[in-house]
Parts: sequence; structure tokens; C-alpha cells
Amino acid sequence: MYQLLKQIFVTGLKTETPPLPDEAMRVIGQRLEQAILDKLGRALVIRHIDAGSCNGCELEIHALGNPYYNLEALGIKFAASPRHADLLLVTGPVAKNMQVALQRAYDATPAPKLVVAVGDCGCHDGGTAESACIFGESYASCGKVANVIPVDVAVPGCPPTPLTLMQGILTAICGAKA
Amino acid sequence: MQFLDQPLEFTALPGALAAFHATADEAGLVAFASQVKQSGRRFIALWGSDERDRNAGFALHVAFGIGAGLALVTLPLSAENPEYPDLAAIFPAANRMQRTAYDLLGIRARSGPEHDGRPWLRHANWPADFFPLRRDTDSSLQFDTCNEEYAFVRVEGDGVHEIPVGPIHAGIIEPGQFRFSVVGEKVLRLEQRMGWKHKGIEKRFEQLPLADAYRLAGRVSGDSTVAYAWAYSLAAESLTGCTPPPRALWLRALLLERERIANHLGDLGYLGNDAALSFGLSQFMRLREDWLRLSGALFGHRLLMNSIVPGGVAHNLPAEGGAQILAQCDSIEREVRILKDIYDEHAGLQDRFLTTGRLAPALAAELSVSGLVGRASSQTWDLRTQNPIAPYDQFDTQIVTHRNGDVAARVTVRFEEVFESLRLTRLILAQLAEQPAGELATRLPAAEDGAFGVGWIEGWRGDILVALTAGTAGGIRRCHCHDPSWRIWPALEHAVMGNIVPDFPLINKSFNLSYCGEDL
Ligand code: SF4
Repeated sequence: MYQLLKQIFVTGLKTETPPLPDEAMRVIGQRLEQAILDKLGRALVIRHIDAGSCNGCELEIHALGNPYYNLEALGIKFAASPRHADLLLVTGPVAKNMQVALQRAYDATPAPKLVVAVGDCGCHDGGTAESACIFGESYASCGKVANVIPVDVAVPGCPPTPLTLMQGILTAICGAKA
Repeated sequence: MQFLDQPLEFTALPGALAAFHATADEAGLVAFASQVKQSGRRFIALWGSDERDRNAGFALHVAFGIGAGLALVTLPLSAENPEYPDLAAIFPAANRMQRTAYDLLGIRARSGPEHDGRPWLRHANWPADFFPLRRDTDSSLQFDTCNEEYAFVRVEGDGVHEIPVGPIHAGIIEPGQFRFSVVGEKVLRLEQRMGWKHKGIEKRFEQLPLADAYRLAGRVSGDSTVAYAWAYSLAAESLTGCTPPPRALWLRALLLERERIANHLGDLGYLGNDAALSFGLSQFMRLREDWLRLSGALFGHRLLMNSIVPGGVAHNLPAEGGAQILAQCDSIEREVRILKDIYDEHAGLQDRFLTTGRLAPALAAELSVSGLVGRASSQTWDLRTQNPIAPYDQFDTQIVTHRNGDVAARVTVRFEEVFESLRLTRLILAQLAEQPAGELATRLPAAEDGAFGVGWIEGWRGDILVALTAGTAGGIRRCHCHDPSWRIWPALEHAVMGNIVPDFPLINKSFNLSYCGEDL
């Protein structure tokens, strides 16, 4: 026990300042009224859905919980059920086999709800561009998340860094200031 | 040449890896497979290909690990009736691979009494007569999605009930379906159903240039991106006759060990957390973040994606990099030793770890389990030691094994492998310091149409195999990527039997298998 306490003490506080929202990530004009967003404030519950990623995006979503980013300290936490969620954080491309599951999770999420698509695969079409979804669309892949459910904010990157992910989530809940 | 006293005539494949190829008839393949089993060697993978445009039918390919290296046996199948003997009767691990080969290509294992004919990857989201990997199939076709009932095996009896889980899991995890049959809290049976993340990777390879597709290979399972990219590059180098410069090989090993340590650090944190010690999670995730940040600063990518390319590596180690890594190795090692002591002495944690989720060594062998999970159950396989390719042939990698096969054993193996990889990292850095600056990559020569190569790399989870056939005009004819998870997932079904349901997350985490690596 002494060792454990000592380690906590020696480690100290590691949490860094969170990034600011980035309007460039917004896909569709704000869908939720400012009043609702204000009510959500920063007490936000996220349900993560992996709709077909390579699991690289998941590794960086996990990192959001580490002491450096400490997402929970901002009042944002992950829930186990879409029924408890305000925001769906979806990685993709949406595999054909996951299409129904994703749609059902979206339907099960109570309105008002937000959707943040994560990663080049979740945000972009297939093709040859550097930032294209590398898996493309095919018999087995529906492509980006917006092809299946409405998306509010897209966080590109392969995978996006934890900081970019935080920025995307904050953009979704802060609403357009313009 | 011949192996295991069998008449099959093998030829050596060119390249750095000790790999051999033979064509067999049905009896030859079955006899060889049986001999592999009897002599305690191992089954690695099974997949198929369509050769009908080359005046042949289909082909079945089976890879075995036989002391001397990788033995690959091809069985030609007829175009009209592509059937082959059921190898799952010899190696149970072949079951899911055979079902996949049918779903993708329409080649079928001949049904015996134990034969399992249920689809695996095809969840009725494309028609039953649509075989995506056939060369004349238009894979861009999209079909209406539908959700099909899967014939889970039912356990019946007094007080038995089922707990269905997934495909979306409660947590930040990949999707898969688990069906538990339980009595009270005790698990009688677990059945998995995967394939949810199938996104047509193998077909996608056929649309990409051979020289570029390392990026796709590095995204089969993102947590093993280095291992996949290396295995793919090895296959591409083997079939084009390309030798990377020595400095590039040392850098590849440095990256592979960095990937191993990064994943083990994360797992050790989550294992603590799943046994209710959240202190462990924050500590290990902090160390992992430090580790990833240095990777990002030195190699331009936190997870090291796109770092290994056919012919060599994409980035050199910056001048100050060696010293930075060494300093970090020292600090991480110091902290991990402290954390190991805390884990070892924490009675509550050990109580959850010990005897939980036990995979007995004999069962691990029967199921062809390798990698970290295998090593924790006495399966002494590690390519870095047994079939080392450069630069692993220049030093002795210690294989870490354990006999207990429980969660505690898998935790111990992870701790010890972190220390071993830190030791290797220091050795590699010493070698890199002596290597002349020089080239980082050799240009990949043009590949001949139909040329074939394989890559086989010990990733952090286990051995990853890539079998690559070149196509026309710099393209890819067929690329099969094989994740060790294929062979380890079925072992998880056994390891949870008799445990209580609340221990499942802990046991599952101690395996930490890839869903996407298997779903492709
Ligand atoms: S964006 Fe990149 S890291 Fe994320 S799922 Fe796609 S390939 Fe993987």
C-alpha cells in the first residue's frame, strides 16, 4: 500500500489544458438549438460505436481517458448504452454487417442527439487521395458514417490524435458561435 | 526437399524468410497435415484462391510452422466442384477459416459427421451465390442489408439461460457477438460469432498497386500496424527479389519492439482496471502516452503507421533520437518494475488473476494457439527466436513462457516481455549507432505477373502471416493477411468455461484479441 500511495504522490497531476473547439470540423450546420447545447453544457455522455474500424481509432479514443487528456475531468464520460448517451462517437467505415446495428444504436439514442464521425475512414469517401478511406466502398463496406446516419462533426486523421478527438467532441457540444 | 518424412517435394521460396512451397493432392495434404500434428508442429492458416482464369480451377493453400520454417502446401481444386477434405478434423482451428473460404470463394470442405457448414463472414448481407473473391465477381455491387438469425448451439437443462452480448459491446471495444449459456453465475458455454467488421480487405488489395498496399496491410489490425507492414513488405521483397539496406532492418526491429511495448503497457493497465485497480490503468496509460508521444516525435506517427515500406523504412531515426529512446527505456523500466511489485503484492488483484480463465497447455496445443496467449500456456513459439529473420538472427531473444495459462500467467508474460523488449531495444540502438548513415530503402523492382511471396512476423499478439501474389502491371492478384487471433479466439471459448460471468471481461482482456484482424 505504501508503494502504491508513494507512486501516486510521485506521479503528481499530469492533466493538460484541453484544446479549443474547431469550427472547420462541423459537417452540417448546427442541428441542436443553442439552448439545448447550453443545457448539456459540458456534462456530456458519449456512446462509442466501432462500425468497422481497424481499431487504430479506438486506441486513440482510449487515450482520452489517460491522465494527460483526462476527458472525465471536463464532465464528459463514456456510457455502456446508447439509451444513456447524448453523443455517438462512431469510427468507420461502416461495415455492411454493422449497418443495422449502427442504425439501431442511433435510433435507441434519445433525442436530442449528436453524432461525431471519427477518422479518415469514418469521415471520407474511398478514392486515391491521401486522406481517403483506405477500405473504400464495396459489397462489404458502406463507406463513411454519414452514408448511414446523420453526422454533426467529422474528426479526420488516421487515426486522429487524442487532442483532435477532444477538439471534435468539444466542437459538437459548443455549437456554432457565428 | 522433403520434410517430416513425407513424400511432398518442397521448393524454397526466395527471400529472407525460411519458407517452402509444395503442391499436393488430397491424400498428400492430409498425410502431411496429420504428420505436422503428430510431430507437435503447428497449423498456421488456410485460405483459397481462384485460378480459373489461368486454365485451372480453384486452389486451397494451407500454411504450417515446421521447425525449419514455414511450409506452404497448395491443393488444386476443380472449377466445377471445388471441394477438399475437412482439415478441421485434424486441426479444429481450421473450422472458421474453412467457413470463410466458402463465404468468400465458394470452395467447400467436404462434409463429414462433425462438419460445420454455417456461414462465418457472410451475415446474409450479400447473396449466398455471390463470392466476392472470385475473379469474375464485381465487388462494387451493393446489396440490401438484412439481419439473419445465427444458429447458435443451444445448451438445455434445468436452470440454463442465455446471455446474448453484442455485436456492439458495452465499452470502447470492437464489435463481435458472444452468446453465454449460464447456470446462475457460472458459464457453461460461450459461443462467438464474428465477421461484423468484414469490410472486404482482401478484395480491396486487388485494386491497389503492389508497391503501395503496405498502407492497407498496416490497417488490417491497427494495433499491429508495424508487424503487418513488415510482413507485407517481406512478402513483396521476397517476390521481387529485393533486399532492404541493413540500417532499415535494424530500424524495423526497433519499431516492432516499440509496438510490442506500447501494447503491453496498455494491456497491463486495463488488466489492473478490470480487476478493480484503476490506479493501474492511470499509471500504465500515462506510461503508454509517454511512449506514444516519443514515437510520434521521432517517427511522425504515434502508432507508427506507414513507417515500414516495401524495400526498407520511411524514416530515419533523428540524430538525438537514440539518446531520447535510451533515456525513456530507463525511466519506463524503472516505473514498470515498481508497478510490477505493486501488482504482485496486491492481494485483491492476485485473487482475481490467479486460476481465472485457465487455458491448459494441452488444449492450447490442440487448438494451435500461438503468440502471447500460447506462451502463457507453455506453447514455446516465438518467431524471433525460432525462425529469426535479420536482424533478429544477430541476438538471442528470450522466449517468455509460463505454464499456468491463467490470467495471472498472461499478465506475467506481458511484464517479462516488456523487460525483454526494452533489453532488445538497447541492443538495437547500439547497433544502429554503429551502422553507417546510408540508404533507408531499396527501390522495389517490378514484380513479375504471378510471382508469389510470403512474410511471417512475430507481432506483439502472435505470428502474422501475409501471402502475396503479384498481378499484372504492378498490381496484386491475391493477398491474404492472417492474424493469430483466428487461432486464439476459439481458445477463449474454452478458457471461460466454469468461470463466473463477471470474470469474462477480465479473461477477454487478458487475451486481447483482434476482431478486425480476423474479420478482414
Ligand atoms: S482512420 Fe485510420 S486508424 Fe482509423 S479506422 Fe481508419 S485506417 Fe484505422
